Amino acid sequence: MRRISFTVNGAAREVDVEPRELLVYVLRERLGLTGTNVGCDTSSCGSCTVLVSGESVKSCTMLGVQADGLDVTTIEGLATGGALHPVQQAFHEHHGLQCGFCTPGMVLASVSLLAETPSPSEAEIREALEGNLCRCTGYHNIVRAVQAAASA
Amino acid sequence: MIPARFDYEVAGSVEEAVRLLGESDDAKLLAGGHSLLPLMRLRFAQPSLLVDIGRLSDLAYVRDAGDRVAIGALTRHHDLTTSDLLARACPLLAFTAGQVGDPQVRHRGTIGGSVAHGDPASDLPAALLALDAELVATGPGGERTIPAADFFRGFLETALAPQELLTEIRVPKLGGGSAYVKFNRRAQDWATVAVAVAVTNGGARVALANMGPTPLRATAVEAALAGGAGLDEAAAAAAEGTSPPSDTNGSADYRRHLATVLTRRALEKALPA
Amino acid sequence: MAATEQRSYVGAPVPRKEDARLLTGQGTFVDNLSRPGMLHAVIVRSPHAHARIVGIDTSRAAAAEGVVAVYTGEDLKSEWQAGLPCFWPVSEDIVMPTHWPLALDKARYAGDGVAVVVAETRALAKDAAELVDVSYEVLPAVVDIEEALADGAPLVHDEAAGNRCYTWSLAAGEVEKEFADAAVTVSERYRQQRLIPAAMEPRALLVDVMPATGDVTVYSSTQIPHIMRTAFTLVLGIPEAKVRVVAPDVGGGFGSKVEVYAEDMIVVPIARRLGRPVKWVEERSEACLATIHGRDVVQHIELAATAEGKIRAVRVRLKAAMGSYLQAVTPGVPLLGAWLYGGCYDLAAYDFLCTGVFTTTTPTDAYRGAGRPEATYAIERAIDALARKVGKDPVEIRRLNFIEEFPFTLASGLEVDAGDFHAALDRALEILDYDTVRKEQAERRASGATRQLGVGFSTYIEMCGLAPSRILGALNYGGGGWESMSIRCLPTGTVQIVSGTTPHGQGHATTFAQIVADKLGVDFDDVEFLFGDTAVSPTGFDTYGSRSLPVGGVALWHASEKVVAKAKAIAAHTLEAAEDDLEYAGGRFAVRGTDRGMTVKECAFAAWHAHNLPDGMEPGLEAQHVYDPPNFSWPSGCHIALVEVDTQTGAVFLDRYVAVDDVGRVVNPLVVDGQVHGGIAQGVAQALWEEAVYDSDGNLATGSLLSYLVPSAAELPSYETDRTETPSPTNPLGVKGVGETGAIASTPAVINAVIDALAPYGITDMDMPASPERVWRALQEVAK
Repeated sequence: MRRISFTVNGAAREVDVEPRELLVYVLRERLGLTGTNVGCDTSSCGSCTVLVSGESVKSCTMLGVQADGLDVTTIEGLATGGALHPVQQAFHEHHGLQCGFCTPGMVLASVSLLAETPSPSEAEIREALEGNLCRCTGYHNIVRAVQAAASA
Repeated sequence: MIPARFDYEVAGSVEEAVRLLGESDDAKLLAGGHSLLPLMRLRFAQPSLLVDIGRLSDLAYVRDAGDRVAIGALTRHHDLTTSDLLARACPLLAFTAGQVGDPQVRHRGTIGGSVAHGDPASDLPAALLALDAELVATGPGGERTIPAADFFRGFLETALAPQELLTEIRVPKLGGGSAYVKFNRRAQDWATVAVAVAVTNGGARVALANMGPTPLRATAVEAALAGGAGLDEAAAAAAEGTSPPSDTNGSADYRRHLATVLTRRALEKALPA
Repeated sequence: MAATEQRSYVGAPVPRKEDARLLTGQGTFVDNLSRPGMLHAVIVRSPHAHARIVGIDTSRAAAAEGVVAVYTGEDLKSEWQAGLPCFWPVSEDIVMPTHWPLALDKARYAGDGVAVVVAETRALAKDAAELVDVSYEVLPAVVDIEEALADGAPLVHDEAAGNRCYTWSLAAGEVEKEFADAAVTVSERYRQQRLIPAAMEPRALLVDVMPATGDVTVYSSTQIPHIMRTAFTLVLGIPEAKVRVVAPDVGGGFGSKVEVYAEDMIVVPIARRLGRPVKWVEERSEACLATIHGRDVVQHIELAATAEGKIRAVRVRLKAAMGSYLQAVTPGVPLLGAWLYGGCYDLAAYDFLCTGVFTTTTPTDAYRGAGRPEATYAIERAIDALARKVGKDPVEIRRLNFIEEFPFTLASGLEVDAGDFHAALDRALEILDYDTVRKEQAERRASGATRQLGVGFSTYIEMCGLAPSRILGALNYGGGGWESMSIRCLPTGTVQIVSGTTPHGQGHATTFAQIVADKLGVDFDDVEFLFGDTAVSPTGFDTYGSRSLPVGGVALWHASEKVVAKAKAIAAHTLEAAEDDLEYAGGRFAVRGTDRGMTVKECAFAAWHAHNLPDGMEPGLEAQHVYDPPNFSWPSGCHIALVEVDTQTGAVFLDRYVAVDDVGRVVNPLVVDGQVHGGIAQGVAQALWEEAVYDSDGNLATGSLLSYLVPSAAELPSYETDRTETPSPTNPLGVKGVGETGAIASTPAVINAVIDALAPYGITDMDMPASPERVWRALQEVAK
């Protein structure tokens, strides 16, 4: 076991982890933050996307020990003061989610995109979400939602 | 989805990393982890010790080094794509880095990790071959410089000694054109085949991804161009001397064909009409 | 939406109730749940497609850190009163081999479970699973349908001679005569490649037990909690009333979770034996092997037509892979398409025959559309082949053959209640701007452009809303097709819907609340949706076959009527008026010609305190309705794909996709569009990317999302959708199903477009997926 100290959704956390624990399991099982989902075992689906230092990262492809000292934002930390983040709000208004399993990762990948490219074209949005798979929506409304959030 | 157990050490310096590597027969370096962790998660790789060099932040840089650009091995793909210096001096590398994986991968994966992994289907190794890059390795005996042409030795095998780590990659500033043309089934996928072309004073260098156990120089194409052949004729030689794999993304025959088509397209982009 | 406008929820694009939870990471997916003392199970799976189990040594695993127990099939055999259920013995001649949850004698597909390890943590269970030592005698695999039927093929089950599972036929009219008299015939052979459903949430189970009472609670990522509950009784002999199945948030299903799986019947007995909660969560690579696959059918379709291209008869011969075992409805999947190989066309005669075949592969079962995408693909490709033969445009040949009068009895025997196929085609052509597209195509052909353009059509009809129970009975299906819905008005005016159908992304909570809010005149936000828990919703037939709205929604409508009727009696009694003198609008009963009135909410309160109810009336305002549909639901429409084909690399690019669907009346256009979009993406994925590939040894070569190519946003375009509307006359809401239409319609549109693009090269056929290499090879072939 190793003790790691990091910031999760704005709060300082200290937790003992095995080196082999993937960040996603540290979040889900050590910290009870189950909003981050595991959809594959090959870094393909993006369901486990979180923000590390504000940038999208697949938390299944990072060890918990690698997060020591870093700042992690999960889907639970995105809404503030009871108000949905503009990207969450846009996903709601544009029906950008159905079963909701890929949604936390999709939302955080979109937040990361908009931080880097505030006014992306449709093509840029689609390219930026290349690492996030959704089986329900056919992506149409996800793209609409990101467009709406960008212009919000 | 859960790696087998391993010991874990954080290296505070390159020297410490070299020393830690010597402590175990099957120690592995961990940088961004985007080549190694996927293998460990499926238990295809089960190293007994991971040496985390991810915190050696002084190895993350893109620097002007005269006629070259020096890149720290821990520079992330994302930082290559957004580097103004690279965009000016070596746009091939900046563009190619943007073709690696997806944004999440590019936020964590590093050039050093990708290159040291030696996957023939990876994007950056082919670009570095076309660029005739120099790779700087640091080991117990100090630093040595390895030309990209000598670096890739076999499938997932490089010229790095067990106790060496890659510390810097040096690429030439490009005066001429360049291109990276990647063909894959989905945007996030590895290249079915990809072609990198870099034009320097010495002529055009052409490199291929996923056309054999290592990234390859398409020497027949280069020779044809040097001999004054037209683009069609030169590109037609792209598959010469290659031994591409067959998998669900394409047979070896198809890859040979793709290599010629993509080489033709890359040459057209890179060479002034 | 303000409460004062509450009468217009139905038809409005109301954003979903479900979203707030799912958008903020508060989903209740099974792996998010845990129980004190919970153990973790990992299944040890056969790496061989076909192998006799010689011996299993569990001693090293049992001694490993954190391991509580290791079981083989022999260890658990006494728990199983029967094998896993198949609910659809389709024919007299069907062979139904026993499907033990863990293989006892042979492993019959790569991924077949042979042992289970239970440990204190998931990681330790994984570690120990590697220590289970299984000796196998490897037997020859057989993965191809036609090879399985060949003489001397390895037998998957000794009792199934020639690997034949069943034959099933359906015929009407003078087929032989029509073919003998036909001026033109078409004979085509198509392959429906095997697909992996790949719901984003892999399967998961958490089993909680109460040893003192024998109660078992199963949290499962399932589409069918009610059917599962019954299955636990059938297989394990647990009294049904002792089993509670909970389907919390379920991360997609697409048919793959309409299933009773081996793990269900492994984990429950383990939890009972150990007296502790046990969780099992599937990994994705495991899901590729051990969750059902879809399709895998070889189709032979023949058309008999007049010289001008009027189809007279359709003859179909299918060979359908069952895989290694029969899962819940495996043999019935081809039957779900058996009536539809004539498409939306007016025929005189019809002949369908299907042979079910065992192979040493993952069992197949219902995957989005189940049988209907296969049928639609065959007829929509065959009609294009006919068009080529008689020299007609694909639009023209379709118009010539469309059914035009409704209700219409198909040559295959079922009655289509309503539709207007010309209207959907007209609208789709208008959106596409067909003439302009053809002009650009001609220009590219003339200039010999590297990227050629192709346009492909799919005018489809499908049958869903499963299903009239009598018809299911006639087809020897083991259950009914009705649905149960209840409405409870609580004392203070909020309303609960108790649903027998369980959502996994479709938006039931929203759509159903819209219906009830309108009927009872209550605010949308005051309607709560209870679902997915057999203790809360004791009866139901669950969610598949686009049935939730056309069966469950209609049940809900009827339940609402009952509530209103009772409320009316209360209002009349309270207001001392005759019921005939009450007018009902906007949730309020008004005494005609006065300002006196009473709302449903007020009636609910009166029904609760019961101080003054009509003589003999039971207190409380609630109602249940069980609805058995009189007919299937018949959505239809026209989909058009516009593709570019790179003739050098063989790459296909989907440039535009137009879909005009007739799904009857629409309750929530946001939700309906979403269903259409998702279906399109899945159908397009079959056409262009997805294929489960086995090597000749029966190893799955596409065993992860790296190699099984589920497309991302980067590969797909936005869709151009619209609707026509012919309300279904068979239900009071006028609704039809929509969940599967996109997946049913889209695949042939894309392949027809690819073939159209390559028509100048003489290409008339293309297997799926139309991968770059397949397209390139087809071009190489014709160049010879």
